[in-house]
Amino acid sequence: MKAFRVTLATCAAALLLGPLSPTAQAGEATPMAENPAVEARLIAISEELRCLVCQNESLAGSRAELAEDLRREVRKLIQDGKTDPEIKDYLVARYGDFVLYRPPVKPTTWLLWFGPFGLMAGAVIGLILYLRRRATRVEPARLSAADRASAEALLADTPPRPKDPA
Amino acid sequence: MKRFLIPLGLFLTLVVFLAIGLNRDPHEVPSPLVGKPAPAFSLEKLAEPGKTFSPADMQGQVWLLNVWASWCVSCRAEHPLLVAFSKQGGLPIVGLNYKEVRGDGGIDAKKLSPADETSLTRQRAGAWLSQHGDPYTLSVLDMDGRVGIDYGVYGVPETYLIDKKGVIRFKQIGPITPEALEKKILPLARQLAAES
Amino acid sequence: MIPEIGSFALVLALLVALVQGTLPLIGAQRGVPAWIALARPASSMLFLLIAVAFGCLTASFINNDFSVVYVAQHSNSRLPLEYRISGVWGGHEGSLLLWVLMLSLWSLAVAAFSRSLPDDMVARVQGVLGLVAAGFILFILLTSSPFERLLPGAEDGRDLNPLLQDPGLIFHPPMLYMGYVGFSVAFAFAIAALLSGRLDAAWARWSRPWTTAAWIFLTLGIGLGSIWAYYELGWGGWWFWDPVENASFLPWLVGTALIHSLAVTEKRGSFKNWTVLLAIGAFSLSLLGTFLVRSGVLSSVHAFASDPKRGIFILLFLAVVVGSSLTLFAWRAPKVSLGGAFALVSRETLLLINNVLLLSAAGAVLLGTLYPLVIDALNLGKLSVGPPYFNAVFTPLMVPLLFLMAVGPVARWKQASLAEIARPLRWAFGIAVAAGISIPFFYGGWSGSVALGMGLAIWIVGASVLQIITRARSSLPPRAFWGMHLAHMGVAVTVVGIVMVTQYESERDVRMAPGDTVKTGEYQIRFLGVEGISGPNYNAARGNLELLKDGQLVMSLHPEKRKYLSSAMPMTEAFIDPGLTRDVYVSLGDPLEGGDGAWSVRVYYKPFVSWIWGGAVLMALGGLLAASDRRYRLKSTAARADKLAAQGAAS
Repeated sequence: MKAFRVTLATCAAALLLGPLSPTAQAGEATPMAENPAVEARLIAISEELRCLVCQNESLAGSRAELAEDLRREVRKLIQDGKTDPEIKDYLVARYGDFVLYRPPVKPTTWLLWFGPFGLMAGAVIGLILYLRRRATRVEPARLSAADRASAEALLADTPPRPKDPA
Repeated sequence: MKRFLIPLGLFLTLVVFLAIGLNRDPHEVPSPLVGKPAPAFSLEKLAEPGKTFSPADMQGQVWLLNVWASWCVSCRAEHPLLVAFSKQGGLPIVGLNYKEVRGDGGIDAKKLSPADETSLTRQRAGAWLSQHGDPYTLSVLDMDGRVGIDYGVYGVPETYLIDKKGVIRFKQIGPITPEALEKKILPLARQLAAES
Repeated sequence: MIPEIGSFALVLALLVALVQGTLPLIGAQRGVPAWIALARPASSMLFLLIAVAFGCLTASFINNDFSVVYVAQHSNSRLPLEYRISGVWGGHEGSLLLWVLMLSLWSLAVAAFSRSLPDDMVARVQGVLGLVAAGFILFILLTSSPFERLLPGAEDGRDLNPLLQDPGLIFHPPMLYMGYVGFSVAFAFAIAALLSGRLDAAWARWSRPWTTAAWIFLTLGIGLGSIWAYYELGWGGWWFWDPVENASFLPWLVGTALIHSLAVTEKRGSFKNWTVLLAIGAFSLSLLGTFLVRSGVLSSVHAFASDPKRGIFILLFLAVVVGSSLTLFAWRAPKVSLGGAFALVSRETLLLINNVLLLSAAGAVLLGTLYPLVIDALNLGKLSVGPPYFNAVFTPLMVPLLFLMAVGPVARWKQASLAEIARPLRWAFGIAVAAGISIPFFYGGWSGSVALGMGLAIWIVGASVLQIITRARSSLPPRAFWGMHLAHMGVAVTVVGIVMVTQYESERDVRMAPGDTVKTGEYQIRFLGVEGISGPNYNAARGNLELLKDGQLVMSLHPEKRKYLSSAMPMTEAFIDPGLTRDVYVSLGDPLEGGDGAWSVRVYYKPFVSWIWGGAVLMALGGLLAASDRRYRLKSTAARADKLAAQGAAS
């Protein structure tokens, strides 16, 4: 049915264009989606959803049958005027949080969401405290010169000796 | 100088989690529907064209809803167990025949008319049951998989244990094993049958 | 016969690896010169034996010996020769063999290029590499032998997965493994230094070029993998935050931190403990990645057949290797000296902040990758952590890193002042802000993320260019200086690619009958039709399309839809017209009804996408310049050591 309607539209376009440009039998390609706005929203939503049967693919990228069915459902929900959170809730109610590629923020995911930033903040603060303390412990110039000298000495200590044939 | 032990401590914690993770199946997704009322539907019966079944018909009984299809390879593996189990007459089993035609990769279902699809579904499902045995009290036809989505089906076979009030109490993902039947489904079913 | 020779060579290799992993280590500890001297010949022998095993497997593939299970599973008599050869690492068993081959190659390289190092140091390094090799060879022999026979042999093989029948398979895994495994050298140097108690600037100088070399391979390997996904999957995605990708990205992030931390340890003798820990960390993450990929604990698009026995073995191996290394670290680290002093505002501090940011980013990736597993292990349910999470968390951590990348090289060692840093950079900053704000206007719509990304990229390039000009005025800078700036500019180039393609790519999914056209960017694409062709082991529908600009033909486009004879799975082969400022990407969908020969066609316009990988190439080139700096080159180091020794003798 869908394909038939699209064909009709193309024919109509060709007929309309026909008299204007005699060479152009065919014209501008028609979009596959009946409603590009719905399709764009579908892609945006389904990129954040996980296909259940595939290994690790989004609903948008998967060619699995269930993914096609679910895309069809989501398309229908969009056409029914549902909002994005409503659509996600619809899927979570059936398949659980597993379908969400963006895990919801709740006590069990606080570590996930805030952990990295906490780690960074903690590390920066720790670093500053450490550097302050370190400055009091390290005796400037002397140690660093000794260090350099020991490195030089190490290099000097090791002239290439004759080696066994490898 | 305890701080130099921190990396080791973190690493050992990680190893513990990885070891536990080895015994888990990342593909098994627990259903959020367990503890929730079984979603309502009304689908045509396989054996009686024109007549429909809905979960409300089973009110007051403990029953199993088993999702199956003739193209499903693992269904064939669990089927003998279901047939044997049904002969003991423990629990009524309702079969949800899931996407019999559309789920079969070999058929281009888009080319079929709805009437043709229904008759092909009946023919295929019926033939399969007469060949392998029919453990079901009745089977219903979910030709487009819509009811499957409401039940969170993501692979066939799947089985739901539903209590007298129509609440899903357990979901078996994949074929029912003798072990799962003996250790999980039956004890829970007995307990549910005892509930008023 | 050939597979049995291979099997036998592997068993011998295990024995040699055990010798290499024990005697030289004990000899170095107790001072037994004869045992120390075993290290180099053992590593040559190990490489030779593993090369024989690898050669035997390759021969079985080339000869279509389907009595070998692994060959029967991963090849087919109609498979073209290049994929029969690369099919060797197309599955689990063979890729482990490649892993070990790479490891023995690194070990051989260390033996060959370490003539100027003290013998006991070399012995310890080789010993550690030998132990790692022994673990992996044992793993292959116990759980994953590629030489198992199938009796009676199969008529024909099951064929290599069509997704893998691609030049990507020839180059991507070897490069990636060279990088992965290469960190074992940095690891071995770190363990050797801890064992000998000689954790000093000389150690940093020795291990630095090896670390950089591994990092170069890993950078190229990850880049190649990304390109492969880009053209193979049919819709032009280039990074998915899949666990397997993360498994390679984690060692890269920590390896990058290690390179920077090694710079401080080499130049200033500071952060020694930290550097050692990073060296252990980078290799541990390589091992962890191997575990994640091979054990099946996480679901990934790179599905390998998982076997619980394999998971348990690698986990045990991981626990032993990393656990003992970290114990050694905890034991030795408290005795290590602090190194040179530096002020709060100095290049040292900036490099430490670089490390903090890189490790926070690595922490985020690790957390996101393992979180589903941890939550499941704690019985808190199942959840998925996907690209939306990683993009949301990773990007904010990268912004300060990119900003400071331009600042770091300007700051002086020991003590710098903010004014001194700001003065030379103010022009770069002004240009970056102005360009960042205005570029999105020229390019189809203002966007904050593009402004930020472009601004940061120009900031980095501007700062590098300014410093190169200033420095080159006085004298010709050393290669390391060029290398650093080239690598930094490479990061900027990658950032440009990422923000531009993410924000401005466009996609059209259209129905095209012969003669139809579709507009994409400044081009028109005309569909002429589809013809059937047959390849060596597949049949395909091949599209004929024309790319037109102002009515002029730019090039012909031929996307394909292949059906491999051995499997029913259809494969989409996209056709790409790559360009400096845009890729035009066409993939063929399905034939449509209507009787007019129409097909569904997807057309993508991807601005600056090639910059993502161009940047990776620049980073690798930068690494190459840095690793080949005069001070690391064999002759000059040896000569200098000679000279110093002569001076010492004379005085």
